[in-house]
Amino acid sequence: MNKEKEHFFDKPGNFKKFLGGFYISLILLIVIDFFVHKHPYFAWDGYPSFYAAFGFVACVGLVLGAKYILRIIVKRREDYYD
Amino acid sequence: MINAIPPAILFILGAFFIPFLRGKLRSAYLLILPVIAFLNILNMREGVYWTVGFLDYTITFGKVDKLSLAFGYIFIIVAFIANLYALRVKEAGQHMSACIYAGSALGITFAGDLLSLFIFWECMAVSAAFLIWYGKTKDSRAAGFRYLLVHLFGGLCLLIGAVLHVYETGSIEFGYLGLTGLASYLIFTGFGINAAFPVLHAWLPDAYPESTFSGTVFLSAYTTKSAVYVLARAFPGTEILVWIGAAMTAFPIFYAVIENNLRRVLSYSLINQVGFMVTGIGIGTALSLNGTVAHAFCHILYKALLFMSMGAVLHQTGKINATDLGGLYKTMPLTTIFCIVGAASISGFPLTSGFVSKSMIVSASGYGGLYIIWFLLIFASAGVFHHSGIKIPFFAFFSHDSGIRTKEPPLNMLLAMGIAAFLCIFIGVFPGPLYSILPYPVDYVPYTGAHVIDQLQLLFFSALAFTLLMLSGVYPAEIRAVNLDTDWFYRKFGKAFMWFCNVPLTGLRLGVQNFSAGAIKSLTKFGADPLLIPEIITRYTVLNIYQILAAIFPSQRFKDKCAEFEFKAGRMLKITQSGRVYGTDLPRRPIGLGVLLSFIFLFIYAFVYLVFIKR
Repeated sequence: MNKEKEHFFDKPGNFKKFLGGFYISLILLIVIDFFVHKHPYFAWDGYPSFYAAFGFVACVGLVLGAKYILRIIVKRREDYYD
Repeated sequence: MINAIPPAILFILGAFFIPFLRGKLRSAYLLILPVIAFLNILNMREGVYWTVGFLDYTITFGKVDKLSLAFGYIFIIVAFIANLYALRVKEAGQHMSACIYAGSALGITFAGDLLSLFIFWECMAVSAAFLIWYGKTKDSRAAGFRYLLVHLFGGLCLLIGAVLHVYETGSIEFGYLGLTGLASYLIFTGFGINAAFPVLHAWLPDAYPESTFSGTVFLSAYTTKSAVYVLARAFPGTEILVWIGAAMTAFPIFYAVIENNLRRVLSYSLINQVGFMVTGIGIGTALSLNGTVAHAFCHILYKALLFMSMGAVLHQTGKINATDLGGLYKTMPLTTIFCIVGAASISGFPLTSGFVSKSMIVSASGYGGLYIIWFLLIFASAGVFHHSGIKIPFFAFFSHDSGIRTKEPPLNMLLAMGIAAFLCIFIGVFPGPLYSILPYPVDYVPYTGAHVIDQLQLLFFSALAFTLLMLSGVYPAEIRAVNLDTDWFYRKFGKAFMWFCNVPLTGLRLGVQNFSAGAIKSLTKFGADPLLIPEIITRYTVLNIYQILAAIFPSQRFKDKCAEFEFKAGRMLKITQSGRVYGTDLPRRPIGLGVLLSFIFLFIYAFVYLVFIKR
């Protein structure tokens, strides 16, 4: 480990830059959304940033559901079946 | 058909030459076999070929139309990629199993009748079980047996359904069935087990992660997708498939979030992706069926790519649990890039294959006004990005540095991943060739401004959720654990059944055995000396009579008699224990008497039968 070359994410600055770029792209997506002509299947999926909101809420729900409901029910010791 | 031979025969017979080849010759053979098969399939025109008369029926090995051709192409392409990836595997048997497995899937694809379909179906189950057993661990042995039992059950459902169907319709032909009666329900269940329908799915995440680093690549391609093919052939537009498919897209992603074994995470996401295809079959419009075939085509490539990248990690480090991995991008940059391409494709990023295929199914649900299904599919799209798109590359290659320093996998594995990654992006950028081989004419434009921006928003804000949950520490930590699934029922039931056999049932058997052994022993003893029985009976009866008389009339005479007969009975007991043989000095009946008695009984029986019963 002593002579190993430094990799991209070893520098804390790079991780921050990466996150910064990510946040900027999020804002850009929201802004561009207003200028795109939509052709929704239903009413609600034509609202601006519907997909952004849905993606965020769905994933938070997914993780919380998996962590606080499913894992409580199904988690067993690693040697459960042995 | 002129000049072409059934692809299944090519692979299955071709497999038997593998053990006779060594070194570079075997490598060359393994690569040339799929190439020949591909040239062969290019030579196949639509129609019905290779029919063989069998009893009163016609077996068809070549029902060639656009649907079967599309699956045929991709099955052969992935056979080439997976064979290239597995070139360095030493065991000839593993290559053989893989080739027979691929050949069976091709046999199913071109089967025009239920009998050959069933035979290839069983071949596929057995060869896949061997691929699992080649994992050569205690877990893979057990998982292989469970896999085989589940699939033999599915095969039986298919067989019974097929026999009933032939009985009812008189036709052995395999085509559109629809859910009409018991026969079709049984066939549907048989297909459903291979397609990993909810509740019937547990064999998949149970067995696939236990195979070898390369075996899982084959497994991920054929069993579920051939099931998708037969469902698309026999049950298009069956409404219940819409709901089954939507459930399949939604529930596995919860498991994938908490699962530690990264190949098991991929197994759950496999069910999720097959769910999209099953939904497409259920909707049953030209767009949705096109979407199903296109998605199966793309899915086989990117799923193989993801399993190859995780196989490379397993091959190089010997580890596959998220808890043991991390920071591998430093030493495996190419594998990292290939994995990210696969992850982007499965998530449906624009310019990757998943975008141009999955969106057809989602659009079909939207045009059909199925808003609940549409919501579930969008939710599943976000979810699959979350666990396959981010979790897989993040925990294997980034995350905390595990300190593991390794190298890139061998060249053949990198090449296999490279080809798959190239195809994922090529199809994403130029969907035209893929759309041209779909069963129905394609009138679908994936790249519209709205569609691209909607998909990007969905994915980026899912990523935002992951980032925020990760940074805040809410994201569930990876834990070494077993997560119960529906296989609990048969695994625990199996154990309970074995206990029932070993403890109460064996106890009952021992009891019966001891009782009958004792009975036989005493019967033998009396049988060797039949006169003992009347002797004992008379002696003890007389003794009992004198004892009763002695009790009623207390006189010396009876007491003497009692003592005398007690002595005689005691002597009798001694004779019993001494093992006296039925000697020549003892009186016996002539054999003729026995024969006469049996004649008399036979006469009585015949008399009763003839006079009273048979009238």
